[in-house]
Amino acid sequence: MKRTRIDRVPPALLRRAAARQSSPVQSTPLLSRPAVCSVRGHTAQQRRCASSISQRPDSKHVMFPGAVKSAFANSMTFEQPSTYPALPTYRAVDQNGVVVDPSFVPDLADEEVVKLYRDMLTVSIMDVIMFDAQRQGRLSFYMVSAGEEAVSVGTASALKKEDVVFCQYREQGVFRQRGFTLADFMNQLFANKKDPGKGRNMPVHYGSRELNIHTISSPLATQLPQASGAAYALKVQRMQDPTISPRVVAAYFGEGAASEGDFHAALNMAATRSCPVIFICRNNGYAISTPTLEQYRGDGIASRGLGYGIETIRVDGNDFWAVREVMKKAREVALQDGGKPVLIEAMTYRISHHSTSDDSFAYRAKVEVEDWKRRDNPIARLRKWMEAKGCWDESKEKEARESIRREVLKAFSEAEREKKPPIRTMFEDVYEELTPDLRQQMDELKSQLERYPEEYDLGDFEGGRDSLDK
Amino acid sequence: MSRYLRPAARLAATARASAIRPAAPSPFLARGSAVPSIQKRSYADASGVKEYTVRDALNEALAEELESNPKVFVMGEEVAQYNGAYKVTKGLLDRFGEKRIVDTPITEMGFTGLAVGAALSGLHPVCEFMTFNFAMQAIDQIVNSAAKTLYMSGGIQPCNITFRGPNGFASGVAAQHSQDYSAWYGSVPGLKVVSPWSAEDAKGLLKAAIRDPNPVVVLENELLYGQSFPMSEAAQKDDFVVPIGKAKIERAGKDLTIVTLSRCVGQSLVAAENLKKKYGVEVEVLNLRSVKPIDVEAIVKSVKKTHRLMVVESGFPAFGVGSEILALTMEYAFDYLDAPAQRVTGADVPTPYAAKLEEMSFPNEPLIEQYAAKLLRL
Repeated sequence: MKRTRIDRVPPALLRRAAARQSSPVQSTPLLSRPAVCSVRGHTAQQRRCASSISQRPDSKHVMFPGAVKSAFANSMTFEQPSTYPALPTYRAVDQNGVVVDPSFVPDLADEEVVKLYRDMLTVSIMDVIMFDAQRQGRLSFYMVSAGEEAVSVGTASALKKEDVVFCQYREQGVFRQRGFTLADFMNQLFANKKDPGKGRNMPVHYGSRELNIHTISSPLATQLPQASGAAYALKVQRMQDPTISPRVVAAYFGEGAASEGDFHAALNMAATRSCPVIFICRNNGYAISTPTLEQYRGDGIASRGLGYGIETIRVDGNDFWAVREVMKKAREVALQDGGKPVLIEAMTYRISHHSTSDDSFAYRAKVEVEDWKRRDNPIARLRKWMEAKGCWDESKEKEARESIRREVLKAFSEAEREKKPPIRTMFEDVYEELTPDLRQQMDELKSQLERYPEEYDLGDFEGGRDSLDK
Repeated sequence: MSRYLRPAARLAATARASAIRPAAPSPFLARGSAVPSIQKRSYADASGVKEYTVRDALNEALAEELESNPKVFVMGEEVAQYNGAYKVTKGLLDRFGEKRIVDTPITEMGFTGLAVGAALSGLHPVCEFMTFNFAMQAIDQIVNSAAKTLYMSGGIQPCNITFRGPNGFASGVAAQHSQDYSAWYGSVPGLKVVSPWSAEDAKGLLKAAIRDPNPVVVLENELLYGQSFPMSEAAQKDDFVVPIGKAKIERAGKDLTIVTLSRCVGQSLVAAENLKKKYGVEVEVLNLRSVKPIDVEAIVKSVKKTHRLMVVESGFPAFGVGSEILALTMEYAFDYLDAPAQRVTGADVPTPYAAKLEEMSFPNEPLIEQYAAKLLRL
């Protein structure tokens, strides 16, 4: 019975099944070149093959292919999550700005720290202004990252310019640190002609080709498997051309997104394909209104990394220095042995509402938020460290806050005044080329505008009617 | 419980029953209809008609079904503590407790799978998606499991589940958040799909969906939630249901049939009124209510009367609800048509973020009016 069924399977499908059984590493001619045989994925593959040898008598260990180092136990015990202590949270500097890791040596000159501190300040000041601007109806939507500035700026500061970044949507600090200007932010938020996204995205869905940051995508966790794939591409590129400098992918997400299937797929794929990708989880306590207790019951997100065989660390996300040190090390690890994934869980607190569509005081006490704001704020902590070091003081703080505020408002009003993208962009980029029906629609629009020039005010749009010329 | 049942079946049945019964019967639950109403409603007028928002109607439908059937429970993101992202489940947690109103982690594939599993085991879950855009993460569970398990199990494994949430475009949320899934789910054998417009539709169809032994997809509309409609005295009762698969003539006419659904029903009614004022033509507006099964009989009957057909919907034009209705009309009523049937649909573009472009991407009253006038050669 079974045989006849198999016989009915189309030959093409059978071929595909056969191809799957043989190792993909071997079947890709590119990867089997002798020069690149020592990548970690490859040796792991060989170890797996060896494990299929049958069990020796009296062996103390399991020899199943799926668990090669497991000792036999003669009594039945279920593992209890509670018997394992929670993974520790690394910090370099405590809440008072005092260094607590004796081995920690700051690797930045004073002016470099000040620059990064200003990045954090910029993001936090911009957030307040833009949140209010949304309330005034000047843009449709905004998302604030208050309380999480150290995670984004700190991790980004340890990346190289050529590294590739995938963000979720609360990582303004990453964009800022990598060189996104206030004008860049504002142009996207106001969807004007200088917005590289041509006004097609909701606000805060930034992206930048120059800064190697993929455009933010609305569906949750969608960026994670893509990040694994991008890392795999970087790895293969370097195999083909070893002169390319080594690069990693940094992928950001929240603890809520880690509940999506995409997260699990991404980690497993990155581990099995040995992709140089750093997964950075901002565990801020809330996924919109869902507190972590209802999001998961394990030891945070970090414990999952171990389950997938990924090197993992948990870090105090409000400690700029700890975040930066961890990221530096993670980048090193990710490039070892031809590439491998790393998971960082940065513990922090979402001081802001989820977005302008949310009022978080419906599900958490205002006093809780105020408490966090006062007790442990990443900006205040770095400031204390800088003040102790002697490179910052009250007057500099005041001057910085005022000048940043002025700059933000300047960029704000300039971007708001800027013209809208050309009308032509309505038709472009649905496909690579203008399809005949799109071209026809464009021509129709053009002749309409030519016939009734008085009826349409095109003053707001870059190039006016001329943008429709071929 | 019959003692003639096999012991295993008896055991399973008791286990199931106890799982859904509250641990200690609460005096609040026992009071039933004496529970104070959680909704704000206007006073009844002489004929007993009250104004209901679609949101209140859906809320009432959920509350009534939760009340009358202990197997019904609601699950989804933010449905309990937060009262639902769009407040459709407002007050339900307080009234029915956390066993019946379940918040989930942000795992559409996970909680949809869980809900399907619960349905396969005999419960009647109502699975809320924050919007149907997010249900794409879980569409395998909806299409491959919920819709097909009854058939593929040889008829022994029913799946009484309701999927609900806002569908279609909202406002200023760009392409990834603005899609109409009527045609997607409407194409799947094994699913039933309804798409309410008014408060009565919403209440009656949601209740029918929950009671229906099959998986039913209820495609609501975010822009309608806050809209008020009159609700008849009969519809205010807890035994009110709207039959799935039956369309409703919202406005009778003799010159043109407009078949439409969801938010477009209201727009078509406005257009019909304007057409009457301007040209004196009588347009019949047929509110589809169900996408699958579709009420072909009502469409054909109306076309036989008016001899002209136009479909108005907000989905993409290609392979859509409109295409399907035009094809059906060609198959069953071609000889009764006096003019080629027309479609007014959403534009064949990824929904633009820009407010004006977004507005132009979907049918509105003047556009419907204009196309109807063209069709009627007015």
